[in-house]
Amino acid sequence: MDALVGRLIPTDDLGPGAREAGVVDFIDNQLAGSFGRGERWYMKGPFADGLKTQGYQGEHPPAGLYRTAIAALDDHCRERFEGRTFAELQEDDQDAILSEIEDEELDFDGVSAAAFFAMLQDNTVEGFFCDPIYGGNRDMVGWRLVGFPGARYDYRDYLDHNGEPISIEPVGLTGRAAWNVD
Amino acid sequence: MFQSTARDTLTFRNNRSQTALPMRRWGSFLPGEGVGGGGVHWNGQTWRFLPSDFLAASHNIERYGPMRPGMTVQDYGVTYEELEPHYDRFEKLCGIGGKAGNLNGEIVEGGNPFEGPRSAEYPNPPMHMTFAQHRFEVATKELGLKPFPGPSANMTEPYVNPLGCQLAPCTYCGFCEKYGCGNYSKASAQTTILPVLMQKPNFTLKTLNEVFQVKLDSTGRRATSVLHVDQNGEEYEQPADLVILCAYQLSNTRLMMLSGIGAIYDPVTGKGLVGKNYCYQVMSGADVFFDDKYTNEFVGAGALGMCVDEYNGDNFDHSGLGFIGGGYISCWTTHNRPIERQRTPEGTPTWGSAWKKAVAENFLKSTNVGAHGGSMAYAGNHLDLDPTYGRPLMRMTFDFTPNDRAMSAFLTERVREIAERMGGREIKVSPREGPYDSMPYQTTHNTGGTIMGTSPADSVVNRYLQSWDVPNLFVMGAGVFPQNAGYNPTGTVAALAYWAADAIRSQYLRDPGPLVQA
Repeated sequence: MDALVGRLIPTDDLGPGAREAGVVDFIDNQLAGSFGRGERWYMKGPFADGLKTQGYQGEHPPAGLYRTAIAALDDHCRERFEGRTFAELQEDDQDAILSEIEDEELDFDGVSAAAFFAMLQDNTVEGFFCDPIYGGNRDMVGWRLVGFPGARYDYRDYLDHNGEPISIEPVGLTGRAAWNVD
Repeated sequence: MFQSTARDTLTFRNNRSQTALPMRRWGSFLPGEGVGGGGVHWNGQTWRFLPSDFLAASHNIERYGPMRPGMTVQDYGVTYEELEPHYDRFEKLCGIGGKAGNLNGEIVEGGNPFEGPRSAEYPNPPMHMTFAQHRFEVATKELGLKPFPGPSANMTEPYVNPLGCQLAPCTYCGFCEKYGCGNYSKASAQTTILPVLMQKPNFTLKTLNEVFQVKLDSTGRRATSVLHVDQNGEEYEQPADLVILCAYQLSNTRLMMLSGIGAIYDPVTGKGLVGKNYCYQVMSGADVFFDDKYTNEFVGAGALGMCVDEYNGDNFDHSGLGFIGGGYISCWTTHNRPIERQRTPEGTPTWGSAWKKAVAENFLKSTNVGAHGGSMAYAGNHLDLDPTYGRPLMRMTFDFTPNDRAMSAFLTERVREIAERMGGREIKVSPREGPYDSMPYQTTHNTGGTIMGTSPADSVVNRYLQSWDVPNLFVMGAGVFPQNAGYNPTGTVAALAYWAADAIRSQYLRDPGPLVQA
C-alpha cells in the first residue's frame, strides 16, 4: 500500500505526497471499519460482471477487494520480475504496471484490476485531502499543497477578493497546531 | 443523510437488451434519508419553470410540428399562471434571494427576462457574487446575453418567514451540497416549517420509519391504511382516510408499484402508466483555468452563481436544430472541497507527479461554466420492478436520448463560447457523450414515474396530483413531472405541493372524491 499510494501522489519537488500525508493509515482505518465491510453497499447476489455504466459489481466489499487485488498484483509482479513484489520494483516499473492497469491492459484472476485501481485512486485522494481528524492529510500537507483553508465558518470578509489571493492558514475540525498551548 | 444502498437500491441498465444490475452504491444521484430528506443536503438553487415548460407537448408541436419518433412528451395539465401564487408562497417560506426579471409582465433590468410573470419580487436580495461570476457576467454580456443572479435558498439577509421561523445570513463557507447547514442559513424542512408543525397538537412525526405499502380496500379504489416498519423491523399499520405520498420520486414510484396501485408501464405494449416517462437532467460544462487570477472558490455557497436563460426551454428558435427544450447556463461557485474536486487542464495524467502539480497549480485558479439541460420523455426510458433482486427492487432503464444528445451538444457549444471569453489561460470542455453512466455524480434530479396529466389514459395522477385510480391518495414530488425542464426541480415540486394542498383543503375535504372527472 505504501508503494502504491506513493506512486499515485509521489513525494517530489513540490513537497510531501501520500506517504507523508498518512494515506496508508487513513485507508487502513477505513478498511477496518464499516466502509471496508461494505456496510452501506448492496452486497446481495446474484453477481455478474456488468457494464461500465453499471459501476462496481464485484462480490468483495472494499477490504476484500484490496486484499485480493494486492495479492494478485504481487503474484503478477513475481512472475514478471523474477520473484519481486510490487513494493520491491523500481519506480519506473511500478508506474508502468499502474498504467497498464489503468488502461485495462492488465487483469488479475478473480478480481477486477480496473475496479481496484479506481477505488485505490479515490481512497488515496480522500486520504490526501480529508480532514486530519480522519487520519490522513497529516499536518494538512494536502490542503497546504493546493491552498485550501479547510473547514472555516465564515468567509464573508473575503467575498470581494476580486481575483487576488487570500492568505489564511488552514483549519481542521479540531482546529490547528498553532492553537494548542503547550 | 443518504439512503443506505445496503437496504434498498435500484437495479440499472441502459436499455432493455441489457441485464439490469444493482447499483451497489449510489453514484449519479444521492437520494436523501431521514427527516427533511434531500432538502437537508441540497444546494438551494430554487427555480420556477417557464410557462411553456408546462405545455411541452402542445406548445412545441404547434411551433415546430410533430415530435421525434418515440418521444412521449406531454403537457402537465396545470399552467404556470395557476402555479404562480404557489411558487410565490414557497419562495417566501424559504426566503429565496434573487432578482425578479418579470414583475407582473414588466421586464425588470438585472433579472431573468425569460421567466414567467411574477406577482412579487423575491423576498431576499441576490447572493453576493465573487470573481468568477463577475467574469461570467462580462463574458455573457459581450455575447449579447442577459446574465442574472441564480435564485438561492441560502439566506442573503437575516430572515423571518411568514410562519415565524428565523433564518440567519449565509457565511459562504462552501459546505451546502451533501451537507446540512449548521447555521440556519439554508431553507429546509427543519429550518422553515417543521418547528411550527411540531407545536401543533394534531401533528405527529414518526422518524426512522419507512412506509412499505399502501393498503387498499376490496374494490381497489380506496386506500385504507399504510404499513410501515421501524428500525427494529417491527411493522405497524396506520389507518388513514387520506394518504399523501411524500417520499422521494424513486420511492413514491416504487411504493405505487409494490402497493399494486395502477398498472406498471410496459414499453413493449405501451400499456400501464406507473414508471412511465422517467427523465433526468443532461449536464455538461467547461472548466476555465486562469494564470494570474484567483477564483478562491472555497468562498462559496450552494446557490451562489450567475446564470443566463437564453437557451432554456423555448426561449430560442429551435427551427432546424433537431431538438426541443434546453437548459440554463451558469457559473456557480458552490464549494472548493479538494477531496471531491481536483480540476486539471486537458491532457493531464490522472495520477503521479504531473497530476499533483496540475492540481496544485489550478486549485485556486479555476472555475466552471455549466449547462443544466432538461430531459424529454421517451418510450424506452422507464421504471419497473426487477424480478431478480430484493422485495423487489425497482429497475431503471435509462439512456440519454437523441433529443438529449442534440440539445446537450448545442448547449455545450454555447458554454464553450462563454467560457472562452472569461479571460482564462485555457478551458476544458466536458460534453455529455457516450451512454448514461450510473456512477459519476451528475445530479439528484430524477423525475417521472407517477406522471400528472389531463386524462387517466396517459397519466397516473390528475392535475391536483390525485391518483386517478385511488381518489383518497395523492402523490407529491418530481415523479409527477411528465418530463423534466432545464431547471433544478425543487421550486416546481414545492409549487405543485402547495397547489395540491390547496385543492385538498378547499375542495377535497369538503367533498371527498375525484377532483377531476375522468
